[in-house]
Amino acid sequence: MKIKGSQIIIESLIKEKIEYMFGYPGGVVIPIFHEIYNAPIKFILSRHEQGAIHAADGYARASGKPGVVIATSGPGATNLVTGIATAHLDSIPLVVFTGQVSTAMIGNDAFQEVDMTGITRPITKHNYLVKDVADLARIIKEAFYIATTGRPGPVVIDVPVDIANSMHEFEYPEEVSIRSYRPTYDGHPGQMQKACKLIEESSKPVIYSGGGVVLSNASEELRQFVKKTGIPITTTLLGMGAYPETDPLSLEMLGMHGTYYANYAVHNSDLLIAIGARFDDRVTGKISEFIPNAKVIHIDIDPTSVSKNVMVDIPIVGDCKKILNEMNKIVKAPEISSWVNELQKIKKEHPLRYDQGSDPDEIKPQYVIEQLYAQTKGEAVITTEVGQHQMWAAQYFKYTQPRTFISSGGLGTMGFGLPAAIGAQLARPDCRVIDIAGDGSIQMNVQELIVAAQHRLPIIIAILNNGFLGMVRQWQQLFWERRYSHTCLNFAPDFIKLAEAYSCAGIRVEKKDEVVPAIKKALSITDRPIIIDFRVSKEENVYPMVPAGKTIKDTIMREMA
Amino acid sequence: MTQHVISVKVENKFGVLARVAGLFSARGYNIDSLAVSKTEDDDISVMTIVVQGDSRILEQVKKQLNKLIDVIKVSDHTPQLSIQRELALVKVNCTPVKRSEVLQLAELFKAEVADVALKNITFSIDGESSKIDRFIELVAPYGIKESMRTGIVSILKDREPYK
Repeated sequence: MKIKGSQIIIESLIKEKIEYMFGYPGGVVIPIFHEIYNAPIKFILSRHEQGAIHAADGYARASGKPGVVIATSGPGATNLVTGIATAHLDSIPLVVFTGQVSTAMIGNDAFQEVDMTGITRPITKHNYLVKDVADLARIIKEAFYIATTGRPGPVVIDVPVDIANSMHEFEYPEEVSIRSYRPTYDGHPGQMQKACKLIEESSKPVIYSGGGVVLSNASEELRQFVKKTGIPITTTLLGMGAYPETDPLSLEMLGMHGTYYANYAVHNSDLLIAIGARFDDRVTGKISEFIPNAKVIHIDIDPTSVSKNVMVDIPIVGDCKKILNEMNKIVKAPEISSWVNELQKIKKEHPLRYDQGSDPDEIKPQYVIEQLYAQTKGEAVITTEVGQHQMWAAQYFKYTQPRTFISSGGLGTMGFGLPAAIGAQLARPDCRVIDIAGDGSIQMNVQELIVAAQHRLPIIIAILNNGFLGMVRQWQQLFWERRYSHTCLNFAPDFIKLAEAYSCAGIRVEKKDEVVPAIKKALSITDRPIIIDFRVSKEENVYPMVPAGKTIKDTIMREMA
Repeated sequence: MTQHVISVKVENKFGVLARVAGLFSARGYNIDSLAVSKTEDDDISVMTIVVQGDSRILEQVKKQLNKLIDVIKVSDHTPQLSIQRELALVKVNCTPVKRSEVLQLAELFKAEVADVALKNITFSIDGESSKIDRFIELVAPYGIKESMRTGIVSILKDREPYK
């Protein structure tokens, strides 16, 4: 029996067991929406396409399943671009359907036409323009396969309206075979043996674990690896939660705003074991002085990550989970007690810290995060926007489970946190989701509040409101002669009235002793989103800080007089 | 910085050239020349790309190319192990008095006369790049009105291992 292209899309999504779909309608996707209407898929209507794609992204990060998005051609499609790039940089599996003008009109500068495959070529893992309805089912199957295998990433399928309306037999391929795409999963046995030998012989090893460990669901294997070897471990921003930060061997996050002890450990190591991480410049600082004495083992599924920024001694290309599992069978613990003791000492001497200052009523943003952690007992999924609050959320909340910290790491997309929280809350109805936001970022996708309210999602939006674009202001203060060019946001909306307008609860917090009661109150509300407007210190800075392109020796530990 | 010839077998699909070209521009690698053509297999095209770079850049270029979904195979063609050819069309200024001189030179290079006009001769010359370079160098004093080259195409030699 022949069915329409639009029906083929829905039937394919059913075959892929898709539970949620995020999107926004428009002219050329009406045929597809016509079928979504009665489909056994829960459709989440955003209020801006960017909200839809970040929500799908948050859903994917929280659940480990691919996120599915649909938007119309032209502006609908271009509104997805930031979200596609966000997912691409952080290797998040998404399948994105965009409408396109009919095949006969392509190239004619038709109404709402953009060259979507052209625009998204450098920010997708792969993309397709469907030119024949006979290819549609195969393309969808391939898209899900490509998005979710190897190093995951977003795949765009551009569907011209006449393709959606054309009739064809529906046959969903059972298997995918792409001769030019065969990711490597199993690590090379010889390389793994060499790595284990290097580990046994090392005296100052450190594990540097990244988002790849979370993506490959290798948290359990990583924990065993640390247990077996006794090697201290630091994680990247996106790697947080793969190893419990409450464990004595955890050095927490490294990098520009990482802990001093994590950066100290990496800098002074004689062996760096990088797992699912890509030596981003926010991690390494000045690359030539990043690890002066260390050999490098690099486990990664993407060969292009190996020896891209840092030359690697022993690369092991493959899936972190499989490789760690194999290495756990053969690795022996090195003798490193003096190294571990040294790091414990550094940890005690240079903890994360902030000063309350002279005013006991002043709300320090770090204190808010500490209390969010204390009041939830760490049992929450945290999403963030981008800026100072993001770094404090990384530093002062302690993550013990993978997929509980959701943030735009690679692209640094402001406006990500709220829609991502919507996706995360749908994926994790059992768990409280908190969007830790800044007063700048929250305004970038604030329209999505109504989506959260509509679905009665009890997301807490904790705004660390300092009246500034704080991270840029911090750089202006430290490196640009305190010229606060356009970073002051003191002409701001009333977030409590905004909450009311969007059917959310709103709580304003202006004194330190109101912080805990406000969080408790927010946690007691379970039928709608809650905005907490924390009026925090205006010019608090994120420390420690390794300035861009500098080394650990240049670390700024705290405010200088 | 040395010159490398990279041969890339790709799926013969629309948009593949844009993917490959886009990769080079996005990552700041310079292409000296790029030749695209059909192969013995209708489903496969071959791109011969000449790039400048040290071994580290070359390694990244090869890996990044391999990462593209439509790329089937990437190989590095060294001059010793491959046959490399290109073709050039060179329009040399040449009044009738200089004609025999220029033609003599062309004959030494086995450059074919493709067209003769009143004030110039157009030569078609193929072979290894160094030969074409030399020919252009030697006809330059007469004045080159226009010249263009196809870029290198390259094929690996088959060599049986020593018994």
